Amino acid sequence: MDVIRQLRALSLFRLKRSVILGIKSLWMHKLRSMLTALGIVFGVASVIAMLAIGEGASYEAQEQIKNLGSQNIILQSVKPTNDATAGEEQRSLILSYGLTYRDLEQIRNTVPGVDVVVPGRRFKDYLWNVSRSVDADVLGTVPWYPQMRNRKLEQGRFFNKIEMEDRANVCVITEELAHRLFPLSSPIGKDIRLRSSYYRVIGIIESDTASAASMGGGGGMMGGGGGGGGDGTSGAGADGQTAMEMLIPLTTLVERFGEVLMKYRSGSFEAEKVDFHEVTVKIEVPEDGDPSERVVAAAAAIRHLLERNHKKLDYRMIVPIELLKRAERTKQIFNIVLGSIAAISLLVGGIGIMNIMLATVTERTREIGIRRALGAKQRDIVMQFLIETILLSGAGGLLGVAMGLAVPLLITHFADMITIIRFWAPAMAFTISVLTGVIFGIYPAFRAAGMNPVEALRHE
Amino acid sequence: MSPSGRRPIIELRGVEKHYQMGEFTVKALQGIDLTVWEGDYISILGPSGCGKSTLLNILGCLDQPTLGEYLLEGKDVARLHDDDLSQVRGKRLGFIFQSYNLIQQLTVVENIEVPLYYQGVSEKESREIAVELAERVGLGKRLDHRPTELSGGQQQRVAIARALSNDPAVILADEATGNLDSKSGGDILSIFDQLNEDGKTLIMITHDEGMAKRTPRVIRLRDGLIEFDSNTEKGVDGGRRKGAEEKAVTA
Repeated sequence: MDVIRQLRALSLFRLKRSVILGIKSLWMHKLRSMLTALGIVFGVASVIAMLAIGEGASYEAQEQIKNLGSQNIILQSVKPTNDATAGEEQRSLILSYGLTYRDLEQIRNTVPGVDVVVPGRRFKDYLWNVSRSVDADVLGTVPWYPQMRNRKLEQGRFFNKIEMEDRANVCVITEELAHRLFPLSSPIGKDIRLRSSYYRVIGIIESDTASAASMGGGGGMMGGGGGGGGDGTSGAGADGQTAMEMLIPLTTLVERFGEVLMKYRSGSFEAEKVDFHEVTVKIEVPEDGDPSERVVAAAAAIRHLLERNHKKLDYRMIVPIELLKRAERTKQIFNIVLGSIAAISLLVGGIGIMNIMLATVTERTREIGIRRALGAKQRDIVMQFLIETILLSGAGGLLGVAMGLAVPLLITHFADMITIIRFWAPAMAFTISVLTGVIFGIYPAFRAAGMNPVEALRHE
Repeated sequence: MSPSGRRPIIELRGVEKHYQMGEFTVKALQGIDLTVWEGDYISILGPSGCGKSTLLNILGCLDQPTLGEYLLEGKDVARLHDDDLSQVRGKRLGFIFQSYNLIQQLTVVENIEVPLYYQGVSEKESREIAVELAERVGLGKRLDHRPTELSGGQQQRVAIARALSNDPAVILADEATGNLDSKSGGDILSIFDQLNEDGKTLIMITHDEGMAKRTPRVIRLRDGLIEFDSNTEKGVDGGRRKGAEEKAVTA
């Protein structure tokens, strides 16, 4: 026992001195050491930064998808493209497309597990506060819309069932719209003019970033629904315009504007007949059950139903849970790509280290000979050079971690992107950098130790 | 058995060293018999290529003989494993080289400590030994200087202190004054004289006849054989030197 303890103390003491010696040797060639470590610095920094950006992006995407509601299926009406409508309807004055009352009835009655259906009609028009005007979306919907779509009220309240039944002239607006129309005071209790009627503001709601993003990014991925569906002119907000939005009771909207929506745009006018611009279907899921299976099954049923009812692609389906799965898959691929880049950059850094260590070994052949003459064993020489490479790569790793932590912060600060640094990312990157030092240091170290002391001493 | 009852430190028996140079086998040493007694102060002289360096490498356990026996303090070191050879060098031998061979990134004290480091002597103890030795060779005020900040004579004194740090049985000096002016060289030789007076065993390799005059014992090498040893006054007969013509130059 005593002997073992002594040996351990001895090796620790020698390790400390070897490390000091290694630092001294590296310090002799400061510039070269720094340049060598630079490969590892950038490798490690880029790995951490990329992981942080990747995590942030996927987190953001998943949050948006989750906000749509994992139990929801969102249906949207899409104005068909011209070639799709070529034919009878082109000559008609009123363009009729999209989700219909019939679709809604069938979904409610035939698809199993449908819990709530939230309809909405949407169009674009100018909203006025005295002389201020904003081009915004008007969405007619039902009182339980906010909780279905996970949209929080910032101020005031949403309209209730009584207001819905009374077809009351009340509205809830997004924060952005509030800022534009009422830059100086609180909009609550004020009136907004839309065409010839006034609507009293009773609440402010957060903007619908989730569906805007999913429509922009995820829309194209929708199966069954609308690959290349709408051009967004129907006011579905594909261009992210949903930031400016006024929500009024669906009944009020139907009463004021009727079944046919008139749009006045740059001199001409268009008439559209759309029953619902968007419909949110909530699927009932048992408390302990996995939501995905039920929702996916219901989505398939709805897709089938809509395909039968609609000859044209005048609708679009968003199934958040499918999007979520897709996002997870994307993240996996992303991680594989990142991992490969990380491996390659560290490999390159490692080769750089090995190259310089081989040069160092040659250059210090004389020193190796001296040390061997003075009693150094082969393993002492191996240790010495291995410690130097580990110091080099470890220092590079530490610097890289520092840089890798700083870069995402800067990105968040200047580019306003979410970045997430998981604690294991810097730990892993650092460990790999040290391992790189060990792996690429072994060969030069053994080459140094294997030298014949006589020849090493004779080396000029 | 010894001239004055001293014990033998080094005993070489029929030591030969062969090098394979392509198709030829070069015999750098062709049968060396040599006994070095404790407290000996020896100059080994000889022309270039006579095998001086080869002999020194074998004496210094840097190289091993192809044939023959080498007993260092009674221990056979002719066929040792590399690790054990390192151990012998680090514990029982001190080296002084022509070009000082200090480690550039280390200070004076740290250079003196190198052999102690490999012997696992504690930091405190080795520092004490190193400082004391530095003072002994007159470098007490230059402990933290680097080799590049010292003159040749000073560097060689650091090397001497380093050679002494592990209290070796034999100090081997290879042309220790070869790179120095006569004054510095003289200083170094005075230190050697002093060391020998203190009882150290020294073996110097030189081609300087003047230096050889200072040492009580002189050995002359020629073509891998001992031609003359002042202890025995025994030469080598001409017959054994015949086969040596094919020998290539080994520096």
